[in-house]
Amino acid sequence: MSLEEAPGSLESDVTSMRFEDTELTLGLPGEGRSPAVIAGVKCSAKRGFVETVDLKLGSCSRAPSGGGDTHVNEAGAGKPPPAKAQVIGWPPVRSSRKKAINESCKYVKVAVDGAPYLRKVNLGVYSNYHDLMKDLENLFTCCIIREYQLISLSLICIHLNRKADREESKVMDAVKGMEYVPTYEDKDGDWMLVGDVPWKMFIESCKRIRLMKSSEAAVLAPKASLKCSGTC
Amino acid sequence: MQKKMAYSFPDEVLEHVFSFIQSDKDRNAVSMVCKSWYEIERWCRRKIFIGNCYAVSPRIMIRRFPEIRSVELKGKPHFADFNLVPEGWGGYILPWIVEMAGAYPWLEEIRLKRMVVTDESLELIAKSFKNFKVLVLSFCEGFSTDGLAAIAASCKNLKELDLRESEVDDLSGHWLSHFPETYTSLVSLNISCLGSDEVSFSALERLVGRCPNLRTLQLNRAVPLDKIATILRRAPQLVEFGTGTYAAELRPDVFSNLAGAFSSCKELRSLSGFWDVVPAYLPAIYSVCSRISSLNLSYATIQSHDLIKLVCHCPSLQRLLVLDYIEDSGLEALASSCKDLQELRVFPSDPFGAEPNVSLTEQGLVAVSLGCPKLQSVLYFCHQMTNSALVNIAQNRPNLTRFRLCIIAPRKPDYVTLEPLDVGFGAIVQHCKDLRRLSLSGLLTDRVFEYIGTYAKKLEMLSVAFAGDSDLGLHHVLSGCESLRKLEIRDCSFGDKALLANAAKLETMRSLWMSSCSVSFGACKLLGQKMPRLNVEVIDERGPPDSRPESCPVEKLYIYRSVAGPRFDMPPFVWTMDDEDSALRLS
Repeated sequence: MSLEEAPGSLESDVTSMRFEDTELTLGLPGEGRSPAVIAGVKCSAKRGFVETVDLKLGSCSRAPSGGGDTHVNEAGAGKPPPAKAQVIGWPPVRSSRKKAINESCKYVKVAVDGAPYLRKVNLGVYSNYHDLMKDLENLFTCCIIREYQLISLSLICIHLNRKADREESKVMDAVKGMEYVPTYEDKDGDWMLVGDVPWKMFIESCKRIRLMKSSEAAVLAPKASLKCSGTC
Repeated sequence: MQKKMAYSFPDEVLEHVFSFIQSDKDRNAVSMVCKSWYEIERWCRRKIFIGNCYAVSPRIMIRRFPEIRSVELKGKPHFADFNLVPEGWGGYILPWIVEMAGAYPWLEEIRLKRMVVTDESLELIAKSFKNFKVLVLSFCEGFSTDGLAAIAASCKNLKELDLRESEVDDLSGHWLSHFPETYTSLVSLNISCLGSDEVSFSALERLVGRCPNLRTLQLNRAVPLDKIATILRRAPQLVEFGTGTYAAELRPDVFSNLAGAFSSCKELRSLSGFWDVVPAYLPAIYSVCSRISSLNLSYATIQSHDLIKLVCHCPSLQRLLVLDYIEDSGLEALASSCKDLQELRVFPSDPFGAEPNVSLTEQGLVAVSLGCPKLQSVLYFCHQMTNSALVNIAQNRPNLTRFRLCIIAPRKPDYVTLEPLDVGFGAIVQHCKDLRRLSLSGLLTDRVFEYIGTYAKKLEMLSVAFAGDSDLGLHHVLSGCESLRKLEIRDCSFGDKALLANAAKLETMRSLWMSSCSVSFGACKLLGQKMPRLNVEVIDERGPPDSRPESCPVEKLYIYRSVAGPRFDMPPFVWTMDDEDSALRLS
């Protein structure tokens, strides 16, 4: 009997990815951290849904500093996952359900400058910026080393969550004080600061997210006239 | 002339006795005892169920049963749900309504599934039946909110309006306001399928407030979370409630208002809706969870740990619909908390993703089969399965009556042994002696059909996709499954031989659907000619079948028994394979 795909390949890809996930040994470029420490941070501690989203582990090459495509190959596999040709009516899911899923399913890639791998998150499970940022923070705990930076990300959360008019200076302070600025690429291909637009508009237009080093953030064309004072 | 026997009952007495007999099967049996029982029974039958609207005509129904109050009809084949039946295939309700408008002025209930319902039909219902009470439209389409407005305006005694998962054209949100201020008899309202702007909240609130008998209320997604408390406070007697969107910015005042409103609903037993859930708001329902027997979270995109917390609060749960976000760990928690569980449906959150996005495997289902002794009905989407898991499930749960497994990748073998899943499904049919419904998936050879034909004696409905090797498979099923009523097959290499050899079997079934198989046009013609009581319909969008060789396989085939002869409302891509004589049989 003929099989659609090589037996077990898909499953072994998944297994190998998960195995490698628990054995992180890659460090941030230029940080000089020993692999043991990073492994000790236990990125796998937060098991559950978040861990099972699409995980693309990095190859040995240095992560590029530019914002663009940090596509990496799956660890262990020499080939991309087989493209699933869509068969009509299979799997047997009703169109009302498909529609509902599409409306609530919004997977985007999240990259952190200097981190060796991307994560994917489903924006559909969040209803506001605060929850999203909190999860991102958790996701990249092992990459954002200093507590200072964690606090700063939280500051951004708090500021973004406020519906009241943000004073420019507050945002600038938050940005000044932190290493990473959350940005996203919208439908038009522009890089925007996360939090600029109402949440619903954000999830509709967001194509991917990048936690950018704030030294790079200066080149953004921000909605609020944000000038990062550089040496962050 | 009728001999009066000393022991024969007057007709009125018999009629009274028959009034206690509700099931169609029993009614049919009663009507076959003798001529006088047939006559008495047909005059006092009030409810009729027609599983295939083309199996009989409205005139035939009316002629035999003149006093019907409740009609239930089904239209399109089940695979229409998955876009396998082209648009315009049929299943129109209008001709039925037209005939019944004249013949059944006292009709009270209409329940339809997979039928095309137009605004004209709804307006005719509203106008024709003075005592109309129940309208249930499941997976129907073709109508708009204008039709609903007509129902609302005219049906003074309406008790139930249930739109299930129908497709409704949204033209105006104000149809609900057409219920007059004097209207107070609503018992059940399900508008969950309506889109964003299809209901006016203030009209809804007033309606709910003035209907003291309201038991079931299922809102649509557009109704925001902060309105739930308002509604519940107006209807604390609700037994079934479906929320709209269950997301909002977390605010303590909104939360406590919501929690308070839920806790005042002492009769609440069933919850659904839960679109766009913000997990922080889930604890608002905890106060009612201990009494909840049915929970539909199949639109709730929340993570396993939140689902676990919720499910552990529901010890009385009998029915759970959920997305695969629940994962194996959630199903294990379900298995230990919900010992009364009877029905489980796990839907895929990412059905078209190339790889699994969640950790849901065969283990979750095994856990539930082990932990839930009353489990009868399963619908499970997953990415992998083993024969040994299926055998476990079968041995754990011989009381299963409905088992539908969908392994998402077609033809996927046992992922451990790489064998076909024949033995696993074989165990299911062997152990679960009361199995009535079965859906197969994964890599399967003719052997699985041999098991099914041998053991599945109570099986009524079988769904097959991407399975089997030869006609022998189909032959096993058609010759072995004594109770088979509905068989639907897609993408299997079944051809002419088994079909023709078992032609007589098809008259004992409601219908057979075969698409992307190897049944030739010639075989269809032969079947149509030899079996006058079967409608053999070929669906082929490539053009007339006789423009191709007779040996050419047809795209799709739908065969069903009928006393009404071939239908006349077929679209251009459907051909009937009856011979010319059939025209004489029409009523």
